[in-house]
Amino acid sequence: MDLAAVLILEVLNGVATLVLISVGLAIIFGMMRVINLAHGEFLMLGGYAAIVATNRGVNIWIAMLVVAPLVVGVIGVIAERLIIRVLYGRMIDTLLATWGLSLFFVGIITTIFGNSVAGIGAPLGSVGVGRYNISLYRLVLVGIAAAILVVIFVALRRTRLGLIARATMENPAMAAALGVSPPRVYAATFGVGAALAGLAGGLLAPISGVLPTVGAAYVAKAFITVISGGSAILAGTAAAASLFGSVNQLLTYFTTPVIGEAGLLAAAILLLRVLPHGITGKLFRGSL
Amino acid sequence: MSPRRWSPGIVLTILAMAVIAVGVPLVVDQFGLLQLTVFAAMCILALSLGFVWGYGGILCFGQSAFFGLGAYTYAVTAINLGESTLATLLAIVVPAVFAALLGYFMFYGRLSDVYLGVITLSVTLIFFNLMNSTAGDAYRVGKARLNGFNGMPSLPTLNMPGDPGRLLDPTETFYLVMALLMIVYVGLHLLLASHFGRVVVAIRENETRCELLGYDVRLHKLLAFTIGGGIAGLAGALFANWGAFVSPNVFSLTMTSQIIIWVIVGGLGTLVGPIIGCLIMQYLATELGSQQLANTNLIFGIIFLAFVLLVPRGIVPSLRRLGARRLGPARAPAPAHE
Repeated sequence: MDLAAVLILEVLNGVATLVLISVGLAIIFGMMRVINLAHGEFLMLGGYAAIVATNRGVNIWIAMLVVAPLVVGVIGVIAERLIIRVLYGRMIDTLLATWGLSLFFVGIITTIFGNSVAGIGAPLGSVGVGRYNISLYRLVLVGIAAAILVVIFVALRRTRLGLIARATMENPAMAAALGVSPPRVYAATFGVGAALAGLAGGLLAPISGVLPTVGAAYVAKAFITVISGGSAILAGTAAAASLFGSVNQLLTYFTTPVIGEAGLLAAAILLLRVLPHGITGKLFRGSL
Repeated sequence: MSPRRWSPGIVLTILAMAVIAVGVPLVVDQFGLLQLTVFAAMCILALSLGFVWGYGGILCFGQSAFFGLGAYTYAVTAINLGESTLATLLAIVVPAVFAALLGYFMFYGRLSDVYLGVITLSVTLIFFNLMNSTAGDAYRVGKARLNGFNGMPSLPTLNMPGDPGRLLDPTETFYLVMALLMIVYVGLHLLLASHFGRVVVAIRENETRCELLGYDVRLHKLLAFTIGGGIAGLAGALFANWGAFVSPNVFSLTMTSQIIIWVIVGGLGTLVGPIIGCLIMQYLATELGSQQLANTNLIFGIIFLAFVLLVPRGIVPSLRRLGARRLGPARAPAPAHE
């Protein structure tokens, strides 16, 4: 019984982690159709922002929940203004440019912080479940991931800004005719996506630590999740994250992390063979 | 324009490679020779992506997956057999088979270009994670321990086929790698001039039209992808042999982005472009590595960005355009693709 509880928590945790690392990408790729290969580096930058802020004496929650997204959001807006803007409509060039950007970020962070792992202790300690101890922080992460999904859903569906964003992505010319400035909406959307990546990076920093090259580990999983999710950004990301998170964690638990990773990829490739347009290409169509 | 069989440029390139192959060992010291050997091996890798991406239009961002697979196949086989001929052959076959398998899922699943890029990239990154976590005695293939992130040291180097005791010395290895580079270069040119090659290029130009004309787009892409995988595997075997060492870094993001940069810098849709791009960037990486002035990733990122934003065609096609403009409109306009 205790084991089952712990296992369920492990799975939830795996799902939450995938949701966290993918949700920023889901916004940027799903809404703007911009392939941002620097996504992993946005997470990495968020991690460093949180760690540096915490070490300077900022409260760890403020560092993770406010500083990290703010810093990365600003970086995202700058990147959009300087680079992505020039390349709208040229999907492959955008992809390549953001790849260059990712190398640039890795290089700059290595130069500043050195090629070593930095970390902060996870807050909150642990609670006992029968014979097992589980970290309370991991539990909180599950809640935060769920909250992020809800907030984005409400923001896109129920607020004026969300409406403007969705309308601009749907038909920029029409939105412009109605008095919206598409370039500003693009910049803001990209910024929000980057900020979410920064938030995820900050939240994951106490668990996995950060390294200048840590982005590579995130970006692959994030893309797999978002692509497998399909056109509905939130439902798709949540569905794909649930599937892959479970596969990964269960395989990891019963065999080794290596097989867990490989299983995640195999599941994704099989899924895309069967459903080339992702999960929401077939199920939950028309949801957000 | 589809590639002609023997244009002056191709003959010139082959001649230049032959001169380098014969001349360099006479004038360069041992260290320089080793350096050039690895450059040549990397040029083979650059050619593989130059073919798959530049001519096949297949956005493969995981070419290092096949490169690394080739390197590891060579390492494992050579350790187990104590002999390199079969190991080298397997290092071509295994990545090719893996490419065929992966390609089947991607092309027959009709994934779009961009997804293809992301999937291939993810595959290589997952290989990187996988191989990094194979430390310990549990992970061994026959006599070969995989050793996780520490890599596999002191691999048997190339020997004369059929005579495991007779190892190739550095000069012979250099001749061999240069010969293989020339074979791959010429082979790809012949392939591109063949019926198959023309269909592959046609698919890049307009997939729907090719399909309507009755060509099996998926099969042609799959074959091109498989060939590219095999060539990358060969480069991997040569690379593993060069340092007598292989580590998971062959799968790393740095490795895979390097290959992309070579092709971008050199130019898409040419074969000589990726070679030139590879040589320039390799030289630069060596220089930067030895000077420790600036982080290599930083400089590569800037070069990458600069080329995508400012010289999206790459060096060779841009120079060709310039040359064609100089010669005036009397000559045929520069080919948009070759």
